[in-house]
Order: sequence, then structure tokens, then C-alpha cells
Amino acid sequence: MTTNTATNGNTEHIGATVELGGLRRRFGATQALDGFTLTLQPGELVALLGPSGCGKTTALRVLAGFETVDSGQVLVDGVDQSRIPAQKRDMGMVFQSYSLFPNMTALDNVAFGLRMRKMGSKARRARALEQLDLVGLESEAAKYPHQMSGGQQQRVALARALAIEPRVLLLDEPLSALDAKVRVQLREQIRVLQTRLKITTLFVTHDQEEALSMADRVCVMRSGRIEQVDTPSVLYAAPSTAFVAEFVGTMNRIPGVIDQGRVSLLGTTVDIRAVAGPDHAGPDHGARASGSPVDVLVRPEGLAVTPAPHGRGLVMTTTFLGSVTRLGVLLDEDVMVYVDQPNSAPQVPVGTAAEVTLTERDVMVSDPTSPGTAQVAGASEVAV
Amino acid sequence: MVAIGEVNVLMDTTGPPRRAARRPTRSRLADRLLSISWWRGIVLVCTGAFFLIPLYAALRFSLQTFSGGFSFSAFGAIPSQQGFTAALSLSVRLAVVTTLITLGLMVPTSVYVHLRLPRLRRTFDGITIVPIVIPPVVLIVGVLQVAPTFLKSTPYLLALMYAILAMPFVYRSLDAGLRAIDLKTLVEASRSLGGRWGSTLWRVIMPNLRTGLLSATVLTVALVLGEFTMASLDLYQTVPVWIYNFAQDDGHVSTAVSLLALVVTWVVLLVISSFDLRRIRRTAQIRKDA
Repeated sequence: MTTNTATNGNTEHIGATVELGGLRRRFGATQALDGFTLTLQPGELVALLGPSGCGKTTALRVLAGFETVDSGQVLVDGVDQSRIPAQKRDMGMVFQSYSLFPNMTALDNVAFGLRMRKMGSKARRARALEQLDLVGLESEAAKYPHQMSGGQQQRVALARALAIEPRVLLLDEPLSALDAKVRVQLREQIRVLQTRLKITTLFVTHDQEEALSMADRVCVMRSGRIEQVDTPSVLYAAPSTAFVAEFVGTMNRIPGVIDQGRVSLLGTTVDIRAVAGPDHAGPDHGARASGSPVDVLVRPEGLAVTPAPHGRGLVMTTTFLGSVTRLGVLLDEDVMVYVDQPNSAPQVPVGTAAEVTLTERDVMVSDPTSPGTAQVAGASEVAV
Repeated sequence: MVAIGEVNVLMDTTGPPRRAARRPTRSRLADRLLSISWWRGIVLVCTGAFFLIPLYAALRFSLQTFSGGFSFSAFGAIPSQQGFTAALSLSVRLAVVTTLITLGLMVPTSVYVHLRLPRLRRTFDGITIVPIVIPPVVLIVGVLQVAPTFLKSTPYLLALMYAILAMPFVYRSLDAGLRAIDLKTLVEASRSLGGRWGSTLWRVIMPNLRTGLLSATVLTVALVLGEFTMASLDLYQTVPVWIYNFAQDDGHVSTAVSLLALVVTWVVLLVISSFDLRRIRRTAQIRKDA
């Protein structure tokens, strides 16, 4: 698949400002949205990231006009959308499941929105072909959806959504049904097109890699609430809650003990990171008495493994990840930790007794009984 | 060379060896197949005899002359029989009007139930069965008691009755068709592109519901062309009523008409079905080529 980046004056858009204010939506006993507030700047791509059932798709559907809210408001360029039906909102949407109309060719699918806007047949065809060219599928214009691969179908769906020159582009897990290679290619293509066309885009995903690689900002959600909205690098390096820390990237939870405002673990004592700010403040770690048990949150790159015949750990798994090898080490008390080892370092085979050491100077700590209540703050920048 | 993501795991791989699946020997399998075929043959012959013997008897009777010979004269005499053309015309008109009424009512209703009231689908299933439970004679007598005069004076009251009778079959056909497509996504995709409900129904849902629509049409047409009780009680002469009345004048011609009606109905149903069959074959061929 090639990324077609041919420029065309007709495809330049100016994105809209989207404001979702205090959205609340309940489905029976489930609070899908609980005071959800988010603003998207013109031309910005924001990813809604979170586990299943956290309300991310509901937020997107509310913006699309497919779902109503119990309270709160949706503003696009300052205009309240609550009384505007979905078909009049000018929002292009790409769905999780293949949503092309099976009875129409790729060309007719892309032209559908233009037909609904009463565009003449010649102009409609020309614009549809232009959009198919934009996603590199002009040669497939006459094919029906069942004659195309999943990746091609989603690219046609993207062309169809873009053809109507939407004010906002909504992507509802559009890559989740695709295989890994196509997914990476398509997400790059979406990002290139979105940046070029400057369309304000809301992208729902549960795949953190997708969110971190594509979005200008990532909004991590849990139980209908926003946990943190930040750029991918800040989110990874400075998560404001333990939930975000554990949801974004791989995070180890290692038992530790508070020791005079610091924390002891793996035979060493290190500082606890300061709290980020008033929005994300947790309980003050200084309030914990010395000797209190805590969970220490450490990323795999914050640990090191050295073979040691009488070490506290046993290497159980090794996973080759390209630039690093991830070792799964079983510590005392049945605690499994993952450690990233550069491939340039001596390899540690499975079954080796080893010592695990901490390489970070300060760490995040969390209440061992209630995940998600960490006292955290970001200090160091980590490249994603 | 190590592949990215390759995992080496320290684990116990020494489990109990898998038992080889026991397969029947070839001769046993053949015996089983043979025995199944034998029973299938018996059932097929019995069913065929049940349907074909009366048809053969009717055909023989319609071809037989008073002198004991065989002739097609009964079939040749059909078009010139009094009232036949009018009865045929009425039956065809009723079939068309009933199909339009049924689809016009049931397509939007089924779509609405699937989209907005999925929890009521079972309830709706139950409601649509009611016309099967109520005998047609009860239905028509009741309706004739309460129907306004302007409806009673037109044969199209029958079309309304037939639409009720066809409801169970039509709803099930459409329901199966709607279950086969991702209705919600298609509708939302259409609406996000600016499609109003009318255009969404006409351009997106109905073309993708073709199989369901065709089977609903086939069943409705078959029902209308064969219905006797209601037409008879409403004093309209459709083809089945005409056959019954005419049988008292000329049994040979009447039987010939019955057979012809049966054949014509079959042909109509085959033609309607073949539209979808051709599409299915074409799709299969396209998939094979792809």
C-alpha cells in the first residue's frame, strides 16, 4: 500500500473547534459518561483511550448525533448541536465494522454523501475519484466491498467520510478489525491525511500504541470520566494517576515499604515522585507512616537484570521485541516483573537465577489495595 | 534468527499424550451412509407420491374425454370460459396490491423494531403469529361486520385482509434478511453522510434486503393466488373461487384450470426466486474470481 500525498486545493479544510461540556449519560445501571468535558482545537487529532465500557464510544456517538445525553452540551464552533440531527451535522465517520454499503461500488460509496448533498453526477464522480486517489484506491473504483480486503474497505470508508468535507472527522476504532501490518500502514495514512487536510478529528481506540502514535493529545478515560488528557510523551512519562500509568505502556507493580518519606524495594531506597498539580493530586505521600506497605510502579526500562546464582528472581520468559528483549522474572512472593534488556547486553536465558535492580532514582507509589490511587507526578521526559 | 515477539517460556510441557481420535472404519462409514440414503429414499418416494399422485389423477382426468380417449381440449377451452379472465385479472391485481401494502407496512416496521426496539423483537414475533391462529373465516366475517361501506364495496378490502394473513410470513422473511446485515452500522453510516430516513431506507436498506424482500413477495403472491375462504365469503370471484364455481358446470375444464393455476403459480414463484438466485451465483462467481 502506498500513501498518496498528491496535493489538491479542493481538499484543504479548516477544522472546527469542538467543545464537549459536562456530558452525562446513563444506560440503566451503567454511568457511561460522568461529567465528560473535552475541547478539541481546530485541526487537532485527539484520541479517546480506555478499556472497554469506559464511555469513549458513547462520547463519540454523542458528538456524531447518534446518542443523546442526560445533561451537558456539545458545541461545534460555538454552535449547540443538541437539536441538530446526525445527518445535518457534517461529520464524517469511519466505523469499527466494515460499513461500506454492500450494494454499491467503491465509487458509489464515496459518492453517496455527495449525492445526498444534491451534487451533480459529473462533479460527484470527479470528487469521488479524487478521494479514492487520495487513499490510493482509484483503480478499485468499480469494485464492490466484498471484492476488497478489509484494509481497502476501511480506506474507502475513510475516503467516503472525507468526500463530504466534514467539519469533524470521527474514527470509531477503524483499525481494530485489520491485521497488524495493514493497521500500521493505515494509521500512518490516516495521520498524513488528517494533518494535511487539517480536519479536527476524534479517534476512539482501546489500543494504546495506536493512540500514542497518531494523536496530538490522548484522553485516557475510565468509568465515564477523564483520567488525564495530555500529549503522548507527557502521558507516558508523567501519568497523573496509577490507572493511567498502568494503562499506558507496560508497568510493573512491585511491593515496597515507606521509609521516612522515601520507599524501599528490591534492596534499595529511592525517592517518591512529587505530585503533579492540583488537578491530579492524590493523597500526600508524606502522610504515610514509615513501614506502610505500598505498591511501587516501575516501567520495564526502569529495572535491570543480572544473572546471580543466589538472586531473588528466576527468569521465566524472554520476548524478543526488536531493539530490546523483555524478560519476565518471577520474584519472591510470586511477584512477576518485566524488565527490558538491551539486545547489546549479555543475553539471560530462561531458567536463569537472577537479581533484579532498580535503575530509576524516583518512583511512583500506589496504595497496594486500591489500584488507581497513586501519588504521582512526572518529572523526567521519556521518548515514546 | 529470532522473530519479533517470539516468546520463550519456562513451563512444563510434559502433559499426558493426546489420545488419537477414534474414527470409524471405512466400511462402517459406508454402511452408515448407505443406511441413511436408504431411509432418505423411502421418505422422498413417499413424499413425492403424496404430492404427485393427486396431480397425476387431476391431469389424467382433465385430459380424458367422454369417449375414453385423451385430448387437450379442456385446456384449450379455458380462455373462452365465462368469468375466467375477470377472475384471473382480479387475482393478479389483488396479488400486486397486497404485496405493496404488506411491504409498505412491514419493511419500515421491521426496520424500526430492529433498530429502535430490539428488546421487543420477541413480542413482535408473537404478535405476527396471531393471523395464523385466527381462522380466515372468523377474520373476514368479523371485518365485514365493522368495515365501512366504501371498503366493503371494493375488492381491495380483500387486499387488506390478505396483508394481515401474509404478515407472519413476510415478517419472518424480512427479519431473517435484517439479521443478515449490519443494519445499525449501515443506517448510521448513511445518516452521517447526510442521508435522510427515506433515502437510507430506499438506497441502503432495501437493496441489501433483496433476498428477504423477494421471499416475502413470493410468499404473499402464493398466498393471494391460493386463498379461497375470504374471497368466497366477500362474494368476489378470484381464480380459486371461480374454479370452485365452475367445477359444478364442467369438471374437466375446472380441473384443467386448477392444474394450470398451479403451474402458473410455480412459474411465477420460480421467476421471482431466480432473480435472487442469479444474484447469488454472480456474487459467488465474483468472489471466486477475486
